[in-house]
Amino acid sequence: MNHDTYDDNYIRGILNGVKTIAMVGASPVNVRPSYFAFKYLAQRGYDMIPVNPGQVGKSLVGKPFVASLRDIGRPIDMVDIFRNSSVALSLVEEALTLDPLPKVIWMQLGVRNDEAAAKAEAAGLKVVMNRCPKIEYGRLSSEISWMGVNSRTLSSKRAPIPTQGMRLSLNRVSFGGGDTSAADRAAQGKKDPT
Amino acid sequence: MTERLPGFATLAIHAGAQPDPTTGARNTPIYQTTSFVFNDADHAASLFGLQAFGNIYTRIGNPTTAVLEERVAALEGGTAALAVASGHAAQVTALQQLLRPGDEFIAARKLYGGSINQFTHAFKSFGWNVVWADPDDISTFESAVTPRTKAIFIESIANPSGSVTDIEAISAVARKAGVPLIVDNTLASPYLIRPIDHGADIVLHSMTKFLGGHGNSIGGIIVDAGTFDWSRDNKYPVLSEPRPEYHGIKLQETFGNFAFAIACRVLGLRDLGAAISPFNSFLILTGIETLPLRMQKHCENAKAVAEWLSAHPAVASVNYAGLAGNRYNNLARKYAPKGAGALFTFTLKGGYDAGVNLVSNLRLFSHLANIGDTRSLVIHPASTTHSQLDDAQKIQAGAGPDLVRLSIGLEDKEDIIADLDQALRQ
Repeated sequence: MNHDTYDDNYIRGILNGVKTIAMVGASPVNVRPSYFAFKYLAQRGYDMIPVNPGQVGKSLVGKPFVASLRDIGRPIDMVDIFRNSSVALSLVEEALTLDPLPKVIWMQLGVRNDEAAAKAEAAGLKVVMNRCPKIEYGRLSSEISWMGVNSRTLSSKRAPIPTQGMRLSLNRVSFGGGDTSAADRAAQGKKDPT
Repeated sequence: MTERLPGFATLAIHAGAQPDPTTGARNTPIYQTTSFVFNDADHAASLFGLQAFGNIYTRIGNPTTAVLEERVAALEGGTAALAVASGHAAQVTALQQLLRPGDEFIAARKLYGGSINQFTHAFKSFGWNVVWADPDDISTFESAVTPRTKAIFIESIANPSGSVTDIEAISAVARKAGVPLIVDNTLASPYLIRPIDHGADIVLHSMTKFLGGHGNSIGGIIVDAGTFDWSRDNKYPVLSEPRPEYHGIKLQETFGNFAFAIACRVLGLRDLGAAISPFNSFLILTGIETLPLRMQKHCENAKAVAEWLSAHPAVASVNYAGLAGNRYNNLARKYAPKGAGALFTFTLKGGYDAGVNLVSNLRLFSHLANIGDTRSLVIHPASTTHSQLDDAQKIQAGAGPDLVRLSIGLEDKEDIIADLDQALRQ
């Protein structure tokens, strides 16, 4: 599938469907993006598992670190890759040895590995690359519009009051999907700089 | 399956707004407050560290203003927007993220006189050097590019000349130079032209004009198209390098395709402080709900008035891109097929004195220094908005001494024409 842009329904389906997320490369340093993305998703009710071999014995917002995906020891729905693009392939190969298989491979904003994506998709997994689940969750639930971001969603229903541990509505009507001419141009600009 | 895409008028009414979570208020409330309480110390720290979305202080962001920001971002097809106190504040806030002392930016000569002043004087004192180019000759943009060029700045429809700019041609120059194209879309409004669709990377507005539309509130906005890769080379360290005050986060790495809007907010607005009042945001939001209807009527009236003036014996020339035979008519057909806007200029055979007499004798038109009001407005740019320019700059800016500018309002067009008719008879 096209990984330059994503339809909102595709992203929404993943965020509504997954419950358990293993974040590979999660950092215990509370000013790193992986830390606050992890914390945000935990506060929104996802069962978060931090994966980082250098941090075993410590925990992240109360969740103990594990060294690798194989060490989790229970089924996971999604692997969120917070590592360099170059190691994404070996992480996907590791994920594909799990039983049961995870349903989704998600590569963080700035992370893209098309070979890894093709391998995961061939095994029936859904793949998202170069996106942040925190940003996408915030956008599709309208929470992110507190920062002036175009959520590309509309709703005439009363907005939920966000509180810790609650899931916001991800069912607002989308407009524009991921397929805007600007998004295409941005993706093109990154691929072949002129 | 792709969901249905709402049209422009639907977005103008609904984008960004949702019934209030606490009260159920359907219209967007005015959150007239300076500050917002934190849930706890951890929440406060998360907000200050840019780790969580939320409200802190109205200088940085406000829920009423956030609705306005999302709405304009949606109408322009951008990823995010930041509303500020005025159009001028939008310009200084946007450029501050891109330029360092000694840097250059290329700007079209045909700009609002206040922008020419801001670029020539204030920005020069910051060490930001403007290099002028002629929007009617694209090669002047190409030859102005140097290794210090950080941006190109144009108006989609230029004030006061009403000329239409070839956005795609200048976008190609910007892409080749590896710099963002900034388009001031004030005169067109996104209803007539969406510059992002034609290659703009940043869109600015004075919302004081057609977006607000009623002559009641000053405001400006910066729209991030999300199209520019700020990290491709080391040209834009504000976006690509770690920010020491935010614990070393890199803005583009953290915020992706809306990093520029975030930079304008958490650096520009934080430090320059030109925040819009929530009350102004509310009034402009209300104005935007009728933007499509108003722009249609503005264009219809302007075309009728321009045609009537063209046939008047006292009139030497009418410069309205919406008229067949106008130099910019082909560009207007391409970029603004729904209409060439409400603003145009004309010259009188009687020259400067006839222009001054006309302005004095009009009864329905208001003589003032604004455009984009429900009311019809008139001004003599050479003695007012462009008076601080020298004669050569005035002519280059399309504001020669014999020229009168009209901003056609929403009154009955017969009454607008009757007022011009009686004033031209005197």
